[in-house]
Amino acid sequence: MAKKSIKIRAKNKKGVTTVKALMNHPMETGLRKNKKTGKKIPPHFIQEVTSTTGGKTVLSANWSGGVSKNPYIAFKFSGGNKGDEITVSWTDNKGGSDSATAKIK
Amino acid sequence: MNTNMKRRVFLKGSLAAGTVGVAVGAGMLAPQAVMAAWPKAGFEAKTIDDALKGALGASGPDHSDAIKIKAPDIAENGAVVPVTIKSSIAGVESIALIAAANASPLVATFIMGDGGIADVSTRIKMGKTGDVLAVVKAGGKLYANKKSVKVTIGGCGG
Repeated sequence: MAKKSIKIRAKNKKGVTTVKALMNHPMETGLRKNKKTGKKIPPHFIQEVTSTTGGKTVLSANWSGGVSKNPYIAFKFSGGNKGDEITVSWTDNKGGSDSATAKIK
Repeated sequence: MNTNMKRRVFLKGSLAAGTVGVAVGAGMLAPQAVMAAWPKAGFEAKTIDDALKGALGASGPDHSDAIKIKAPDIAENGAVVPVTIKSSIAGVESIALIAAANASPLVATFIMGDGGIADVSTRIKMGKTGDVLAVVKAGGKLYANKKSVKVTIGGCGG
């Protein structure tokens, strides 16, 4: 847990910034069963992902357990200067959260 | 070492609590900003129409070729299906990603912020072969396109 759970790459090209982020998360749907005990594994997944730069939200996403384990997200927005900081943060259904910041290249 | 670890846990805990506090505060101050609560109804819906109503507040999208879905024709591993959605429709507000054959069809919604461009990628789980739907909301109307993805190994239930 002590390890940073988000990796971000952000690149600006001709005024459009492309952001790619990888997060570490089990993304349990709550439908899977533990094969040994036969009990259902409780759901544990990222619900909300938000990305901000310069005090503006550029994208927010709501997810269900249908997103793959260790989720990947890539998106684009117009604007964003080289050297600006971009933050990606997530909140999961158990109230856990993390965020990471990277510079736009 | 031991105390150091504890300190770390404590810091992490307080940091998490701080973030939640800030989020709540921002929500109170700027309700018009994109602080929509997680659309529980949409994500728990079992049908596509219900999911769209819950997530985007409308249903019955029109077919549109201006939405492009990039996904594999055959997914060898249903647990990780890369999907990219692009749209050339002007003024996209949000995008919903739906795996029609999943028990809970709505997988994700993306809400465009300042300068958002309708071009998002992620990786989703698919229980079995079915359509991947992209529903785009622009100017209060819904547009959709779909692509069939054949799954050889299911991703839900392992």
